[in-house]
Amino acid sequence: MSVREIEYRDALNEAMSEEMRRDKRVFLLGEEVAQYDGAYKVSRGMLAEFGERRIIDTPISESGFAGMAIGAAMMGLRPIVEFMSWSFSLVAADPILNNAPKMLYMSGGQFGCPIVFRGNGGAGGQLGSTHSWCVEGLYSNVPGIKIVMPSTPYEAKGLLKTAIRDDDPVFFLESERMLGTKGEVPESEYLIPFGQARIARAGKDVTLVSFGRPVLFCLEAAETLAKEGISCEVLDMRTIRPLDIGSIVKSVRKTSACVVVDQSWSFASPGSEVAAQVHAACFDDLDNFVHRVHTVDVPTPYATELEQEYLPSARRICEAVRACLYRA
Amino acid sequence: MTASPKVWAILAMSTLESTQALTSFDVHGAANPSSAPSRRPGAMVSAELAMHLLRQMVVIREFEVRCMQAYQDKKIGGFCHVYIGQEAVAVGCTAAIRPSDPMVTAYRDHGHALARGMSANACMAEMFGRVDGCAKGKGGSMHMFDREHNLFGGHGIVGAQIPLGVGLAFACKYEDEVIHERKSDRVALAFLGDGALNQGAFHEAMNLAGLLNTPAVIICENNGYSMGTSIHRGTTMGHNLAAKAAAYGIESAVVDGMDVLSVYESMSLICDRARRESRPAFVDMRTYRFKGHSMSDPRKYRTREEESQYEAGDPITTMKGRMIEAGMLTNEAFKSILREARAEAKASVEFAESSPVPAITELHTDVFVEPWGRYTGSSDPKMLGGARREPSFRAIENSEGLS
Ligand SMILES: Cc1ncc(C[n+]2csc(CCOP(=O)(O)OP(=O)(O)O)c2C)c(N)n1
Ligand SMILES: [Mg+2]
Repeated sequence: MSVREIEYRDALNEAMSEEMRRDKRVFLLGEEVAQYDGAYKVSRGMLAEFGERRIIDTPISESGFAGMAIGAAMMGLRPIVEFMSWSFSLVAADPILNNAPKMLYMSGGQFGCPIVFRGNGGAGGQLGSTHSWCVEGLYSNVPGIKIVMPSTPYEAKGLLKTAIRDDDPVFFLESERMLGTKGEVPESEYLIPFGQARIARAGKDVTLVSFGRPVLFCLEAAETLAKEGISCEVLDMRTIRPLDIGSIVKSVRKTSACVVVDQSWSFASPGSEVAAQVHAACFDDLDNFVHRVHTVDVPTPYATELEQEYLPSARRICEAVRACLYRA
Repeated sequence: MTASPKVWAILAMSTLESTQALTSFDVHGAANPSSAPSRRPGAMVSAELAMHLLRQMVVIREFEVRCMQAYQDKKIGGFCHVYIGQEAVAVGCTAAIRPSDPMVTAYRDHGHALARGMSANACMAEMFGRVDGCAKGKGGSMHMFDREHNLFGGHGIVGAQIPLGVGLAFACKYEDEVIHERKSDRVALAFLGDGALNQGAFHEAMNLAGLLNTPAVIICENNGYSMGTSIHRGTTMGHNLAAKAAAYGIESAVVDGMDVLSVYESMSLICDRARRESRPAFVDMRTYRFKGHSMSDPRKYRTREEESQYEAGDPITTMKGRMIEAGMLTNEAFKSILREARAEAKASVEFAESSPVPAITELHTDVFVEPWGRYTGSSDPKMLGGARREPSFRAIENSEGLS
């Protein structure tokens, strides 16, 4: 099986293209996805291959096109909706939170909503308060949504293919900061199931739990800490919902220490949920309470010095690990 | 400035009763200023005002050129959308209102900030993310706020500012009529790009403005494109935006936004009426952005011919030509305006560079007017303790608030 190095954006492109070749019900819509090849070039070449009936440019009407796609999904089509940024999904909050995840339940199982919403999330590009949302903090509170956060090109492709084949609404959270990163992706087809964490680095002293881009910060921190004699096990959760608590518990039983790294705000977040679940499941195994590293609890600042301090970083992860292991 | 009948001739004002009066422009193309009747500034605006309009446009142009440079040098981060080509709009519109009239715009906001009176230094320092920026480096290029000059923001989310603009107008009227029990004579300006015409926020705001008769002048800076999408690809009835306004019972006008005199005179009339009758108006302001959408846009969606056609109608060149013709300006005088503007723009970069970066403690200020301390539920040791400094805004003080 041959493997090549491709960019994260091309991994996404391949996943969509392969699924569109496989299933005519799949189509892509969003701002600038067709003629412009995507604002971030994720859908490069797809208009040429699939034509304008399946790669659809929309006006700047998030609420309208998200709702329209949900209607189409209820009819059995399988739309992929690209939000240029997840920050703009807030304009479509009602359809994506009030319609998509509740349709099956409200209809007593009669109407499903097989739809993927995808786009860039997260801060770090000096885009200021309105454009830097980490929507996983908000959206993971809502039942009925599957939330995916790929951290490498390999995960991006395998998870997106699974998302497109999934019969429920999936929120697929990419990162503009990572679109250009390269990684190994097999030529042949593979899918990555939801709810299965990956051990990104094996270790024995502390379990680092993270999602999406901050997994990379954890790996960076693990390198630094290794030099101090601290061995970190880094878990890339891949999906927030479903949450693979089993893998976390298994690791924490081994390490007896847990630090969660989550780029959303700390209050009522995926990080606080993980901490609560670990406390419940591993109460007797832990040597310290679960420590958490989040973005700072303020709106996203523009100035780069402030923004860097605001984000979870390898430095802040190291501090939290040392504190958790009483080495501070 | 009183309106001359001549001005009415170039202003296509549509009312509900007479939508036919609307000049029908060919989709976008007809904003070509050279087709506008030749006009002499002396007849309509004073030499002093003409000079002010010209100078402001040149200052914005030179400022934006410096911005582009600084962005390329990686001194400005994030997104940066320059206003080159559209200067006549912000300059003409702000000249037509009173300093006390509030105004709100989208993310292509440097021109509006400067036209409103923000110093080039404060604007540039904001983009550099420095403490002397208009928002202490917390807002950035897309979010320019200036309380002193009644600029209620640049707003990054397409369409978000339009309901806010209607709210500014609502507040003006409410304060005058309900609190002070006098006839209201204020207006608020809300700017949007043509791409924002397709947001629900636009339609909801228009309906509210029409319904509640708020004196909001809603100005669509119709530069023909939202990113790579031309108006006819993204908007129904793009050739006749007056139809949209009419649907909400709002009068509208099509204005040549490449001609600062046209903008100034039309806006004076429109705003006068909005003040007098305290009701909304909509303006389809035909303009063109000379550069890409942001700093990384190869502009494949439009032809170089189209670009040069519009560049031939450069608002600065047009105004300069008119003023020279009217004997208000010499080439020498123009050169010195240019020199001064360049110096101002260059100085703003130097100012921004020497302005300090914000202290890390600034991260925690301005979150609340009444801070109760940082969130302490986190195990992060950095997050303990209280906010250091309170924001300047306090709605309860008499000196603050609406008037
Ligand atoms: C809700 C939302 N969706 C998408 C974007 C991304 N975006 C920023 S500017 C822009 C184009 C807007 O065009 P227009 O309103 O015509 O303004 P112009 O750039 O021409 O000034 C888009 C799609 C955004 N900022 N907000
Ligand atoms: Mg536009």
